[in-house]
Amino acid sequence: MTTTALPELSARRRVTDRVMRSTLVAGFILALVPLILVLYFLIKHGLGTWTSGFFTSDPTGSFFGNPGGIRSAVLGSLEIVGLATVVTVPVGIAVALYLTEYGRNGRFANVIRYFVDVMTGVPSIMFGLFIYIALVIAHVGGGFTGWKGAVAIGLLMLPIVIRSAEVVLLLVPSSLREAALALGAPRWRVIARVILPTALPGIMTGSLLAVARGMGETAPLLFTVSTATVLTANLGDQMNTLPVQIYNDITSPRQAIVNQAWGAALALVALILILNLIARAVARRSAMT
Amino acid sequence: MEASASAITGGRSILERSPLARLPDRVLRWGLTGLAALILVIIGYFFVRLIGQSKDAVSQFGLNFLFGNDWDPAHGIFRAAPMLVGTLITSTIALLIGVPVAVAAAVFINELCPQRLRGILAVLVDLLAAVPSVVYGLWGVFVLIPKLLPVEKWFASTFSFIPWFGGGTVTGPNYFIAGLILAIMIVPIVSAIAREVIATVPAADKEAALALGATRWEMIRIAVLPYSRSGIVGGAMLGMGRALGETIAVLVVIGDAPVIGQHLFNQGYTLASVIAAEFGEAANVHVYSSALFACGLVLFVLTLVVNILARRFVVRGAHGRRGTGAAGLTVADAAAEAA
Amino acid sequence: MSTDQPTERDSPDQTTDRTEASAGAGHGVTVRGLNAYYGQQQVIKGMDIDIRPNEVTAIIGPSGSGKSTVVRCINRMHEEIPGARAEGKVELDGLDVYSAGVDITAVRRLIGMVFQKPNPFPTMSIFNNVAAGLRLSGTKPNDLRERVHQALRSVGLWEEVKNRLNAPGIGLSGGQQQRLCIARAIAVEPEVVLMDEPCSALDPVATLRIEELMDELKTRYTIAIVTHNMQQAGRVADSTAFMLDGELVEHAPTTKIFTQPDDERTEQYVTGKFG
Repeated sequence: MTTTALPELSARRRVTDRVMRSTLVAGFILALVPLILVLYFLIKHGLGTWTSGFFTSDPTGSFFGNPGGIRSAVLGSLEIVGLATVVTVPVGIAVALYLTEYGRNGRFANVIRYFVDVMTGVPSIMFGLFIYIALVIAHVGGGFTGWKGAVAIGLLMLPIVIRSAEVVLLLVPSSLREAALALGAPRWRVIARVILPTALPGIMTGSLLAVARGMGETAPLLFTVSTATVLTANLGDQMNTLPVQIYNDITSPRQAIVNQAWGAALALVALILILNLIARAVARRSAMT
Repeated sequence: MEASASAITGGRSILERSPLARLPDRVLRWGLTGLAALILVIIGYFFVRLIGQSKDAVSQFGLNFLFGNDWDPAHGIFRAAPMLVGTLITSTIALLIGVPVAVAAAVFINELCPQRLRGILAVLVDLLAAVPSVVYGLWGVFVLIPKLLPVEKWFASTFSFIPWFGGGTVTGPNYFIAGLILAIMIVPIVSAIAREVIATVPAADKEAALALGATRWEMIRIAVLPYSRSGIVGGAMLGMGRALGETIAVLVVIGDAPVIGQHLFNQGYTLASVIAAEFGEAANVHVYSSALFACGLVLFVLTLVVNILARRFVVRGAHGRRGTGAAGLTVADAAAEAA
Repeated sequence: MSTDQPTERDSPDQTTDRTEASAGAGHGVTVRGLNAYYGQQQVIKGMDIDIRPNEVTAIIGPSGSGKSTVVRCINRMHEEIPGARAEGKVELDGLDVYSAGVDITAVRRLIGMVFQKPNPFPTMSIFNNVAAGLRLSGTKPNDLRERVHQALRSVGLWEEVKNRLNAPGIGLSGGQQQRLCIARAIAVEPEVVLMDEPCSALDPVATLRIEELMDELKTRYTIAIVTHNMQQAGRVADSTAFMLDGELVEHAPTTKIFTQPDDERTEQYVTGKFG
């Protein structure tokens, strides 16, 4: 018996396989290149501006002289997104609870789910426009104010919170629910004492991701809070925010102000990345299954 | 026995709770339902108000508001074809560049890369979505535009024989840069959905292809991609919805010129950008603001339609052909089945 | 299937000379010293077995004995599972498919597989399903059509589907789908067909049809079938191998295994003392 080689794969197929696999790898790398470049330039241009004065002084807003720091922008962002979070997260959890505990697969619940889904695709400028029409033009409690920005950002965050909370609540084993109900506990107690505590880590993750998203939005703020330079804790005033600060600085012909924009952008991205990391850490800690 | 029990409890059986004790549950139920309904109310209210604010401009310019190529605030003329066209052009460029990259990344992560790397690589692609649009705008203006200018100039002159794509003067901010940045911004969305859909391809289909002697790429071509096709289309449409509505990143890199650019590397405008850029000026001029709101209405309807269509594809892709199990056998699965 | 007509079989895929077998002679598989692992867990221990040409060899044994794993090692599907590996010798006509430099896809062209649950490609028509393997190896369209029809005839599906070749493959019944998968596997003219519990998801009527099919197919191919159904082994197999805990206990002509097995463990299994 003469033993020789098995039939071989044709050269064409072998080459095609290798070419296509390389193309897929290349596509993947191409997807990551912008991320690397953005981070690289953020650090390159932004880190230099991070002096101690950068975070402890407000922007001067003047074209000449020292452009100042970004303190009012950072605090303004924290205040506005903070207010939005405090209102939106409970409301979002409440709606998610409705969907999982009461509405379940009924017609109404499915309609709500559908529109929440649709809402996640609404461009952020629409939320700004909505509050602009409903509250700003109508001069409800002033013109541009911080709290109106919080409303717009909150509406933007709402569908994210609802969707992620619903996913988490659905993961609570129904055996847990049934055991509690079988003990004779009323539904509200089961929710408060059993379901919510179990779902808490997941809900926190989803909320943190929503906050990260809210921190980065510019368009809703333009239409509701406008801009300012001074530091203020009064949400009834116009306030400065990081995204708007950056936006205003982009078009400046002065390099020093553009540098301020890079520094502020680095701060914003750092803040968002930290929120993302905390969210994922919370998720990983609780995913013990 | 029953008669005496109900006498003790005053006519109610012991199994009933008092109406008062049932109150918290009732309140909770109706409260939560009310909040849920509030969402529908808000959406509806927004629609109504937006239409109300747009009425003046639309009644003045009629259908030509959308199809007329003439945006001249100084003379009170508001026809928004340049914005509509610009929105469509930039979104199309974003899809053409972003979807192939996103799908390639998704296929790579799910089918080609070693399993232990999958999680972290997926997170990295998702991080593209964490960068705020204003930061992409900043980066676009000061990094992308200057660095790509020479390449764009070379392309325009070398390929000047191709209509629209080649030729013409090359401006710093232009349609292409806007489309490119939008492409980067939609990659995480399209990729995440593509990954989800690709993960539902039944292992049995992939095994069937491999057992026939398919190479890895051939397996992907005949078993993975056809199965995932409608889901990926849905993902692309969701990406398009995102691209249509993106405001800030586009605003700073497209040049804000209310004309229909004659070439790929010319300036233009989009519906979202014009609203953000000019609402300050328009604040006191009634028909001007009305025109901007009308742009908003068009944008809103456009994104709603695209999103609603997209969800039909994504749902069908994930549920229409559910396979027999997880996307790939794990050691544990297979060991349990070893018979 | 003889190898002396390479141009007809394998247009762009090359066929270098192989073990010269005269026309009509079959191809056997020789397994020596096979060890297979899932991660750290060893599931096949030093196994030797001969799959004789143009015969049906059944592999029986309780759950967890490793019978599916063995056949998946023969066409090197086992290593597709993350963390799984195999070592040893698996020779097809004298050539070890595990030797270095062997192209896996070529191995799988020659050793086909039918799976436990019918898995026609859901997006393809009946025709395209059968043609899938042929298209991969670059068969010309005219040959393609003829070979698809021939494969469908071989599995007895032709009369049932000849008027709806463009209908989706998944529209068929379970038994038809499995015959479709068998047609797909034999359309590329393999030398060996491995069947991993092919009837366990089917009803008795469909099962019977496939068992009859096996009887016809063995004249052209070498068949190895994994089955947990001893009666099935009794019906279709020329020889039967009994496996336990990853080892081959006994391999003998089927009648012997079921009436006078040499090993006590075999006897206990076939008489139902454990399952």
